[in-house]
Amino acid sequence: MSTAVSAPAAVAALPVEVTGLMKRFGGLTALDGVSLRLEPGICLGLLGPNGAGKSTLIRAIVGRVLPDSGHVRIFGAEASTAAARQALGWIPQELAIYPRLTCRENLVSFGKYQGLGGARLTEQVQWCLHWAALEDRAGDAAGMLSGGMKRRLNMAAGIIHKPRLVLMDEPTVGVDPQSRNRIFEMIEHLRSEGMSILYTTHYMEEAERLCDRIAIIDHGRIIAEGTSEELVRNAFGSRSEVTARFSGNPEEIAAWVKQRGGTLSEGAAQFTVTRPTEIAPLLDEASTRGIGIEDVLLRRPNLESVFLHLTGRELRD
Amino acid sequence: MISAIVRTAITGLRRDRASLALSFVLPIAFFTIFAMVFSGQHDTIPQVKLIVVDQDHTLASRNLVRGLEREGSLAVSTRPESKDPKAPAPDYTAATAEAAVKAGNFPVALIIPAGWGQHPLAFNGSDGKAPEIQLLNDQSDTIAPQIVAGLLQKAAMTSMPASMAGEGEKYMKQYIGGLTPEQQKRWDANMAQLNAIEKRREDAQAAAGASVPDSSSSFNGMIKVETRGVAGEHKNKNLISFYAAAIGVMFLLFTASGSAGSLLEEQESGTLDRVLSSRVTMTTLLAGKLTFNTLLAFAQLTVMFLWGWAVFHLEISGHVSGFVVMGLCTAFAVAAFGIFLASMCHTRGQLGAVSTLLILVMSSVGGSMFPRFMMPEAMQKAGLFTINAWAIDGFQKVFWRDLPISQLWQQVSVLLGIGIVLFVLSRRIARRWEYS
Repeated sequence: MSTAVSAPAAVAALPVEVTGLMKRFGGLTALDGVSLRLEPGICLGLLGPNGAGKSTLIRAIVGRVLPDSGHVRIFGAEASTAAARQALGWIPQELAIYPRLTCRENLVSFGKYQGLGGARLTEQVQWCLHWAALEDRAGDAAGMLSGGMKRRLNMAAGIIHKPRLVLMDEPTVGVDPQSRNRIFEMIEHLRSEGMSILYTTHYMEEAERLCDRIAIIDHGRIIAEGTSEELVRNAFGSRSEVTARFSGNPEEIAAWVKQRGGTLSEGAAQFTVTRPTEIAPLLDEASTRGIGIEDVLLRRPNLESVFLHLTGRELRD
Repeated sequence: MISAIVRTAITGLRRDRASLALSFVLPIAFFTIFAMVFSGQHDTIPQVKLIVVDQDHTLASRNLVRGLEREGSLAVSTRPESKDPKAPAPDYTAATAEAAVKAGNFPVALIIPAGWGQHPLAFNGSDGKAPEIQLLNDQSDTIAPQIVAGLLQKAAMTSMPASMAGEGEKYMKQYIGGLTPEQQKRWDANMAQLNAIEKRREDAQAAAGASVPDSSSSFNGMIKVETRGVAGEHKNKNLISFYAAAIGVMFLLFTASGSAGSLLEEQESGTLDRVLSSRVTMTTLLAGKLTFNTLLAFAQLTVMFLWGWAVFHLEISGHVSGFVVMGLCTAFAVAAFGIFLASMCHTRGQLGAVSTLLILVMSSVGGSMFPRFMMPEAMQKAGLFTINAWAIDGFQKVFWRDLPISQLWQQVSVLLGIGIVLFVLSRRIARRWEYS
């Protein structure tokens, strides 16, 4: 999907089309030829560790980062043009709200910045307050809200003009699990209304729960893209993942795990097996070598496994 | 342990340039400015600009004028400057001299009336024999008229000895009944010598045109002077308008830079990014901030002057239009200054330090802390690069000199010019916020 070429008419209708995007900050290459397409009504997750280039890509799509080369088109319009700005809503990672203004005043301000006014503005403010479950706090200063409420207001301010495309840059950063679930419900509501969403996160569970498709980004490059199942299947086929914890000489354990084609992470060894029956010979060999077995877990690989498989690093590195 | 804490603090301070500047540069800058103003430790003596109108045209009045011209502390003008050296402007008259003082171009004018030379001395107050010299002054400058009055007495006693002696003889004859023939003979011989000295001085002055400083001792009170304020007269609280403008502008600068600092807060919080991703452009955003800060500054000035009116009986009723014009122009320049500073700085802390440093220096040099006429000439000229000086001058024209709005064109042009230039510069610098 990442570099596919479509007919011009179809390209014009795409919510997002990124082609060969390059961006350097001094000696750091933040985006290294990124190409990406977002189909209408789809929630595309951009999954990658901190510093992978997620935020830079989002900011380039918003028009806040000028790429060194490459193109970004929003529904066919160049990024940062009036048409592109009107079509997209951006929910930045930072709490980009006015802390001294009330929730309602914040939404009115951002609505006016987007060109809303009159009854449409009133209607949209009310809709956003309801969507973010902030109706009973509408008159409270944003700075006085809890962390989760601020996050929800931050999201509401980004979609006050009801855009066709929403870019969410890690909207759940620093949020407690309960508030996170509330935010997930808000996003699912937007999906049900047919909005196209580009969602960046470094939480695998979020990507798996919310996103129709997932693009994995690392070191400024899209290294894989597809549905969650496609990514796992492409990386592991029908194989399963065995995670085992061993006791004994760490150097001997590391050498043996490597010899068996596994990886070590946070004290746990990971192997892939085609059939569950392959586990017994593996454990027998460990015992033979005097390596103690503490616990063993067999599971289907997930996105975390895919990322580890593709990059040799964990998502949260 | 203590040394570790001290070392950490020193390292922190060394890397915080803003705090370093506030700690060391600001006190030194202030010390220098105050020392230059109050200790006279400067190269140039602050000269008092003085107009002299000689309506008497006698040897005595001419000698007095020349005596005043010889004073290094006075810059005497007898006629306006002419752009064409071949066609000098006509001498000042009493009316044009008064107008020049009213307009604030000169702090003092001396009018030597016709007939004064007949009786230049006035023992026991005015005896009604001769008209008195008139000293017209601008009451906003409280020092200049006192300097002129003192130097007038000195110049009279040193530059016209024959006239003084002649007058003395008249009073002596009046009060003690005259001299013996022998005394009269010796008196006449001495008078001849004094007249010769005066004549030689006049000839030498005419030939060389040089000013020779005279260090004779002064003698107060012999020349009767009638002092009349022609600007700011009949105002019981006329310093209030000066301080309302002077202090007002200084605090306006602080408020404007603080308010413009919201740009930096918004940049740090990410709000600026979000705003610029909407339909709002950087030019629109800065124009909005400029408009708000202008209105805020104007509201501040209004409150300040209303307080002056309510508590100190400042006359506002006749000056509303002048106040609005000067207030809006000052507010505009100050608001643009704040936005310029904010666009220059990278953090709110940096803005706080830079603005404190700049505003305090500008306010001291520009006349917000003490009147500019107290400063050396070079510093007075430096003050013209500050918003404070132009704003204070404009408000003085309105409230002190009662000048019409048309006379504010210079201050209005400069303040609007400063505002426009600073705004354009801010817009250019703010490009760094537009895109990464």
